[in-house]
Amino acid sequence: MSSVAVPGPIEGDRRSALISTCVVAGAGTVATATPFLLSFQPSERAKAAGAPVEADVGGIPPGEMKTVEWQGKPVWLLHRTPEMLESIKKTDARLADPKSDRTAYPTPKYAKNEFRSIKPEFLVVVGICSHLGCSPKGPFGAGANPQLGEDLGFVCPCHGSTFDLAGRVFKNKPAPDNLQVPPYKFLSDTVVLIGDDSKA
Amino acid sequence: MGLHKTEYKGLLGWIDARMPTLMLEYKKHASEYYAPKNFNFWYYFGAFAMTVLVIQIVTGIFLVMHYKPDARFAFESVEYIMRDVPGGWFIRYMHSTGASFFFIVVYLHMFRGLLYGSYRKPRELVWIFGCLIFLCLMGEAFFGYLLPWGQMSYWGAQVIVNLFGAIPLVGPDLAIWIRGDFVVSDATLNRFFSFHVIAIPLVLLGLAVAHILALHDVGSNNPDGIEIKDKLDPKTGYPLDGIPFHPYYTVHDLFGLSLFLLAFFAIMFLAPEMGGYFLEWNNFIPADPLTTPPHIAPVWYFTPYYSVLRATTEDFMWVLAAGVAAYAILLFVALQKPAVKYTVLIVALVLVALMIGGPLKLDPKFWGVVLMGLSVMIFFALPWIDQAPVKSMRYRPLWHLGVLVAFVLVFFVLGYLGTQQPTPGLTYVAQAGTLLYFAFFLLMPWWSRAGDFKPVPDRVIFSAH
Repeated sequence: MSSVAVPGPIEGDRRSALISTCVVAGAGTVATATPFLLSFQPSERAKAAGAPVEADVGGIPPGEMKTVEWQGKPVWLLHRTPEMLESIKKTDARLADPKSDRTAYPTPKYAKNEFRSIKPEFLVVVGICSHLGCSPKGPFGAGANPQLGEDLGFVCPCHGSTFDLAGRVFKNKPAPDNLQVPPYKFLSDTVVLIGDDSKA
Repeated sequence: MGLHKTEYKGLLGWIDARMPTLMLEYKKHASEYYAPKNFNFWYYFGAFAMTVLVIQIVTGIFLVMHYKPDARFAFESVEYIMRDVPGGWFIRYMHSTGASFFFIVVYLHMFRGLLYGSYRKPRELVWIFGCLIFLCLMGEAFFGYLLPWGQMSYWGAQVIVNLFGAIPLVGPDLAIWIRGDFVVSDATLNRFFSFHVIAIPLVLLGLAVAHILALHDVGSNNPDGIEIKDKLDPKTGYPLDGIPFHPYYTVHDLFGLSLFLLAFFAIMFLAPEMGGYFLEWNNFIPADPLTTPPHIAPVWYFTPYYSVLRATTEDFMWVLAAGVAAYAILLFVALQKPAVKYTVLIVALVLVALMIGGPLKLDPKFWGVVLMGLSVMIFFALPWIDQAPVKSMRYRPLWHLGVLVAFVLVFFVLGYLGTQQPTPGLTYVAQAGTLLYFAFFLLMPWWSRAGDFKPVPDRVIFSAH
C-alpha cells in the first residue's frame, strides 16, 4: 500500500464539505421525524368528537345515579338526597382538598361551593379517578363498603381511592385530586348540557 | 478469482467458497463455542426463552391473519378466532400461554443470574442486554394485552398510559400523545397493534442477538462461577472444562425442551386460563369505557411492580423520605472520595426535599410511578452492587442464599398482593414488602461482602453421568 499525500488546503476543503454535508443531512433527518411524531397526536376526527352532551336529570329518583358518555368518558349525574348532602358536611377534615383548590382539574367557579354543583341535589362529575383513570364504584351508603367505613361515597376499584358524595378525595389515598366537574349548565329545570357552560 | 479456499465439498463447499461467513459463524456460535461442562438445570432457561420467542412469533403471524385491530371488531375477531377459525383456538391459546411462559422462563433465567453471579464482570453487557430484553418483553406484553379489547385490556391500558400522566408539566399531554385520543380508543388500539406486531418484536430480536453475541464473546458462566477460559488445554487452546455447544448442549437443551413443552402443552390444553391468571375472567367481557370492572389487576407477571405502585401512599412517603435520608448517610460514611460523598449528600437532600415539600410534596401518584419504575430498573445495577468476592452462591455464606430466597419470597408476596383488592392491612404488608425489595438491592454492596466465603476450586465440579 502506498499512500498519496494530499496537500493541506484541499484536505481542509474536503473536510468542510464533509462536515456541512453531515450537518445538512442530520438536520434533514431530524426534520423528517416531525410528521412521524405529530402523527401520534389526536386526529382531527378525535378532536371533533368531544361535542357537548344533553342529559335529563328529571327522571333520576333521589339517591340514584345515571351515567352518560361525554368525550368517551363516563359523566355521573347523582340525585343527592338530604341525607347524602348532610354527609358531605361531615367529611371536610378528612379530605385532601376540601375546597377544591388544586388546579390539575380546575373546578368551575359555579361548582366551587360546599356541594361542588350548581344545584345541590344534582352532582355532575366525570367518573374517572384522578389517580390512574379507572372509574370508581358507588355511591355506597354508610357501612356498605369496608374502605369507606361509615362514610358515604365512591371507591375506586383499582387502587382504593375513596371519594365523598361531592367527588372529593379522602386524605392518604393514591388519587391526588377531586373528581373533575365538567363544564356544564342547566338548559331547563331538569335538562343539563355537559361540555358547554357558555352563557347564552 | 476471489473465491475463499474451502475445506468443504459439494454444495456446502460451493457456498463456503462464496460466503465463508456462514461456516465461520456456525463454528463460532455452535460447533466450536466452548461452554462449561457443568451446566445444570438452571441453564435450560435461555434455550426455553428462545423457543418461546419463536412460538410467539409464529403464532403471532397466524393470529394477525384473522385478527382485526379495530375497536368495533377486535373483541369479536378474537372470539371468531376461538370459535370459527379452524385451529384458531389452538394458535391463540398457544400465544396466550406463551406470553405467561415467557415471563416464567425469563424470571427463572434471571434468578439463575442471581444464583451464580452470571452478571458479574466480564458479563455486565450480557446482563444489560438481558435487562433491556426484559423491558421490551414488558412493553410487548402490555401492548399485546390491549388487542383483545376486553374489559381488562381497556382498563389496564387506561391505568398504565395514565402512569405517564404523573410526570410533572408534560405528563397529561404525553398521555394524550401516547393514546392519540383523550381516552383509550380505536386510535390507541391501532398504534398498540403496530407496536406489538412489528416495532417491539424487531427491537426484541435485535437485543436477543446482541445478548447472545455478547455472551459468546466472553463465554458462559457456570454454577461454580469459575472462568473456564483461565485453564486452557495447552495443545488445542480450548478450555479444559469446556465442551462444544453443538452437539453437547444442543442435545442437552432438546432433552430439557421436550420436558418444557410437555408442561407448556399440558397447561395450554388443560388450563389455558390458569384460573384467571393467564387469561383474566374480566377480559371475556368486551371493553366498556363507562364501567371499570369491580376488581381490576394486571396479569400476574406485572403484579409485583403493581404492588409497589399501590403501596405508595401519602403516609408511606414519610417512611420513604426517611429511608432515602438514612441511605444517604450510610453512603456518605461508606464512600471514600469527597467529591462522590458530597454529590450523594446533595442529591439525597434534593430528593428528600422534593418528596416532602414543593409541588410534588407527598404526591403518591408521582412517587408511586417513580418507585415502580425504579423497582424494574434496579436490576440493571446488579453487576455493580453485587460486591461478593466470589460469583457463585456455592461458595458464598449459606445465609446469602437465605437472603436471596427471602427476596424471592418478597417478590412472590408482592405479586400475590398485586392480584388482590387493596385493604389497609394488605397495604401495610405491601409497604413492608416494598421496603424489603429495595433493601435487598440497596444494601447489597454491604451484605454481599459479609460472612465467610468458601475457597473456590481451580476447576469446575463435574462428574459424568
